[in-house]
Amino acid sequence: MEFLFDGAIALFTSPKSLAMIAVGILLIYLAIAKELEPTLLLPMGFGAIMVNIPASGALNQVLEGVGDTHGIIQWLFEVGIEASEALPILLFIGIGAMIDFGPLLSQPIMFLFGAAAQFGIFFTIVVACLLGFDLKDAASIGIIGAADGPTSILVSQILGSKYIGAIAVAAYSYMALVPIVQPVAIRLVTTKKERMIKMPYEPGQISKKTRIAFPIIVTVIAGLIAPTSIALVGFLMFGNLLRECGVLNSLSDTAQNVLANLISLLLGLTISFSMTADKFVSVDTLLIMGLGLVAFVFDTIGGVLFAKFLNLFLKKKINPMIGGAGISAFPMSARVIQKMGTKEDPTNILLMHAIGANVSGQIGSVLAGGILLELVAQILK
Amino acid sequence: MNPDVMQNVLYGLEIMWKGMFGIFAVIILITLIVILMSKIPDKGANEENK
Repeated sequence: MEFLFDGAIALFTSPKSLAMIAVGILLIYLAIAKELEPTLLLPMGFGAIMVNIPASGALNQVLEGVGDTHGIIQWLFEVGIEASEALPILLFIGIGAMIDFGPLLSQPIMFLFGAAAQFGIFFTIVVACLLGFDLKDAASIGIIGAADGPTSILVSQILGSKYIGAIAVAAYSYMALVPIVQPVAIRLVTTKKERMIKMPYEPGQISKKTRIAFPIIVTVIAGLIAPTSIALVGFLMFGNLLRECGVLNSLSDTAQNVLANLISLLLGLTISFSMTADKFVSVDTLLIMGLGLVAFVFDTIGGVLFAKFLNLFLKKKINPMIGGAGISAFPMSARVIQKMGTKEDPTNILLMHAIGANVSGQIGSVLAGGILLELVAQILK
Repeated sequence: MNPDVMQNVLYGLEIMWKGMFGIFAVIILITLIVILMSKIPDKGANEENK
């Protein structure tokens, strides 16, 4: 009857596995009690428990007398992420179908903040290199600053980083913590007077043709300049075309709801494969969590400082907080800016400007992912 | 500093300027096209207004 106790003995003699099960429970707690990115953190937390139980059947094992057995989570990872990056890429169809680029198209200047607020990615790469990470791992860690889970998973997987689990956890955790991280970073680099700048919302007219042409144009331009970004940008924009074309409402609805939910669920469970104790419990994981914070802070600072730079040349001043909304965490970042604006002056409505910058961040982050892959490949060839 | 680390930092700096330049290049191009498109009158909408 010893076999009844084998699992418990193996677990309690492996503090790392116990620690990872505690991490799994913590993620589930954060998802349910604090509602921090529950769509991803809950499946990731539950998956982390499943893969860290000794001799887990969710992973491939070799059973004495039986031979090789196949585990579902390992299979999902190998097929859905390792072999094709299919899961994160397919999720972009859903994300694209959810985004209304209207507030951005009606105020094209907001596009620029989606570029400026990617600065944290590149700053973090340099810091990670200084801390001794090799270039591929440093680039994978830097992409946490894309504030975009699927892009972080995709880039770190393509670059073959061994830290993909920690990177995914950091990316989703900080996305959930945007309401805490961004206000601190913004206050660091703005004055009260700047935060009180009012911006009347005067949107231009957007024709249906423009809305339809936009995803096609973005895909072609991004593809020509950074072909590696095509999978990311293309699937995002394909989802948006489904939304805007007006003849595929049922598909658009499916992409926004059923597809996005199903892929999120599978992605969360699948990524837990990289959260086994041997890969996750290390000092490097703590460093990665710290670097993720650096990335988010410097994204925000990059966007805000760029807005202040633009103000040197503009007659109608931009509230520099809008620059901070140029990250991909949508719509949380826009809401944070709106809240900060009304806190300084209850009559200051910045929401539509912030949403414009925020959806631009969605484009900026996938572009950053593609361009980063391109540059790392060029340097290491 | 370890020469490998130094080399990686230099690569990191190269990625930083090229990456930011690349993102701005794409975004500015898209912005210009969107501005141009907004200048083109929407025939369908005009006819509807008439």
